[in-house]
Amino acid sequence: MMCNLGLWAMRPAHHRRCVLFLSALRAVLSANRTSWSRYRSERELSSSAWTSKVPQVPSWEPIAEHQLPTATKISPELVDKLERLALVDFGSKEGVECLEKAITFADQLHAVNTDGVEPMDSVLEDRELYLRDDSVTEGECADKLLQLAKHSLEEYYLAPPGNIPLPKSEERSAVL
Amino acid sequence: MVIVPQLVGVVGLEIHAQIQSKSKLFSGSQVRFMSPPNSLVSHFDASLPGTLPVLNHRCVEAAVLTGLALNCTINKRSLFDRKHYFYADMPAGFQITQQRIPIAVNGTLVYNHFEGHKWNHGMTKSVKIKQIQLEQDSGKSLHDEERSQTLIDLNRAGVGLMELVMEPDMCGGEEAASAVRELQLILQTLGTCQANMSEGQLRVDANVSVHRPGDPLGVRTEVKNINSVRHLAKAIDYEIQRQMKVLRSGGTVINETRAFDSKSSTTIAMRDKEGLQDYRFMPEPNLPPLFVYETEDSVPAGVDSAQAVVVERLISCLPEMPAQKRMRLVETYDIQLEHSFTLVNEEGLVDYFESVVQKTKAKPRKVIGWVLDDLMRNLNLHNLNVSQSPLSPEALAQMIDLIESGRISSPVAKQVFQEMWKAPELPVEQIIEERDWWMISDVEQLRALCQRIVDGHPEAVQLIKGGNKRVMNKLIGEIHKVTKGRTDPVQVVAILEEMIF
Repeated sequence: MMCNLGLWAMRPAHHRRCVLFLSALRAVLSANRTSWSRYRSERELSSSAWTSKVPQVPSWEPIAEHQLPTATKISPELVDKLERLALVDFGSKEGVECLEKAITFADQLHAVNTDGVEPMDSVLEDRELYLRDDSVTEGECADKLLQLAKHSLEEYYLAPPGNIPLPKSEERSAVL
Repeated sequence: MVIVPQLVGVVGLEIHAQIQSKSKLFSGSQVRFMSPPNSLVSHFDASLPGTLPVLNHRCVEAAVLTGLALNCTINKRSLFDRKHYFYADMPAGFQITQQRIPIAVNGTLVYNHFEGHKWNHGMTKSVKIKQIQLEQDSGKSLHDEERSQTLIDLNRAGVGLMELVMEPDMCGGEEAASAVRELQLILQTLGTCQANMSEGQLRVDANVSVHRPGDPLGVRTEVKNINSVRHLAKAIDYEIQRQMKVLRSGGTVINETRAFDSKSSTTIAMRDKEGLQDYRFMPEPNLPPLFVYETEDSVPAGVDSAQAVVVERLISCLPEMPAQKRMRLVETYDIQLEHSFTLVNEEGLVDYFESVVQKTKAKPRKVIGWVLDDLMRNLNLHNLNVSQSPLSPEALAQMIDLIESGRISSPVAKQVFQEMWKAPELPVEQIIEERDWWMISDVEQLRALCQRIVDGHPEAVQLIKGGNKRVMNKLIGEIHKVTKGRTDPVQVVAILEEMIF
């Protein structure tokens, strides 16, 4: 009690804290009502100066099954194609299932109504794209760059001839 | 009986023009043709992690200028995308291009198509340009078959390219060649691309198919590895014939990429092509939309006016296009259209011609022959371009004036030209004086000469008196020989006729 009054005497740094102290003081003064409920109602009455936009209770609802499009099944041919295009390794059946689940998760976006809304692909869409002056400012670092390469010949990078073909599809299905 | 229409070829070109700029499209490394391998490569060009693209102002201007010259609509807002595929000469694994909304769309390329060698009347044709987009070039791979390896040089990686996609409006190799020649002239005039096919500054791929008019388009093949305009015509014509043969024998044309082999003048199927490529296009996240402004006033407040690309400003910078130049030459100097083509095709020739016309009293039609025949023939013989001509416009003008004033004859002038070429430091008069090539203008001298000839050829004189005019030429020829060409045929004919009749 005494310490509370002492706190009241201090100048509050934040107006919100001032409200709390005030309600705490009232709570101390009225012993009949529980301090907790007193605190809550006081808080609501005096909170006109500041309202939080963060909802106090969770407001999202899970999307119902029927709102989603049919679940995508990934065929072995598609697995082959994706592995070739993106050089990823699905490794196993679990890997493919994981991808299918990820697609279903992303499918929730279909529940949003986007009629008449232009797709956004960059948050920078109202910013100016900076245009650089046409002058030579870089280059002449062949030795540093070639140091990073595993294989090089004189001042050329070395690469195998053409693209290395991925293992054939029979071998893939063996893994899956 | 139903008459089945003939199969015809359909050709669409995809042209990559290397932008003439000091530095690359998205980085500050230099753009230069021959350099030590990997010396013109920055961290961004080598695709090191953490590097970002920064767009080059000059490249945007070049694309807009080219779009304006080809009557395109310039998109005020255009976007960049990533085109993914794996190849060692493209270390990032994707190429930054403009697939969705390119910088310019819906243009036309107007060109003249000369039917074979018929120079009398060139037909004006046009081909629609679907779009012009900015994109990155890839590096160069040198294949070492023996040691089963490829050497990669990234000097060219990241250089700015303008990709011009044309609609399939053409039907043969000659048309395509004419269109590309005109495009080369336009790009060179603008200064946006040097358009030299042999140096790889202009790369042309042809999409060729055949069909019967009225039917939907046939399956197309893409022909690559074309290094000159002549090869382009050959490659397209061969491919059209090949496809027609396939269809006539009951086969089907496969959608594939073929390479042109210049040695055999045929197209060969390229191996190492795994079916249809899926490029997985996605927006380039590191580049916000590119804005180009219509007028100075439309540049918004927060934008630096010097930084912005303003279409109005660029329109005022457009030089005279080849087509306009030709029209102007024909109208101003009353020369033939085909002559204007030859003048405009050769760098510096228009300036040379106009210079001579200015300095001489002769009509331009008289000058054009000297410039297009004698000058060009000698330049080509010695493999020189116009700027290297030993004969200056002033000297040529002086010589032409001498012909006009009757002091030398045309046949002698041809010889004088050759002497001037060999000894450009000597003044014209000196050359003529030294060889005593002045025209004989003394009438008495001429009459004496003619009399001698008439006396020496009585049979010929009889024939002429009888009505055979052609024999007169023999007499003129004799006088010519005797005087070493220093006579005016017109005067000689007049005197001879007077003497004979």
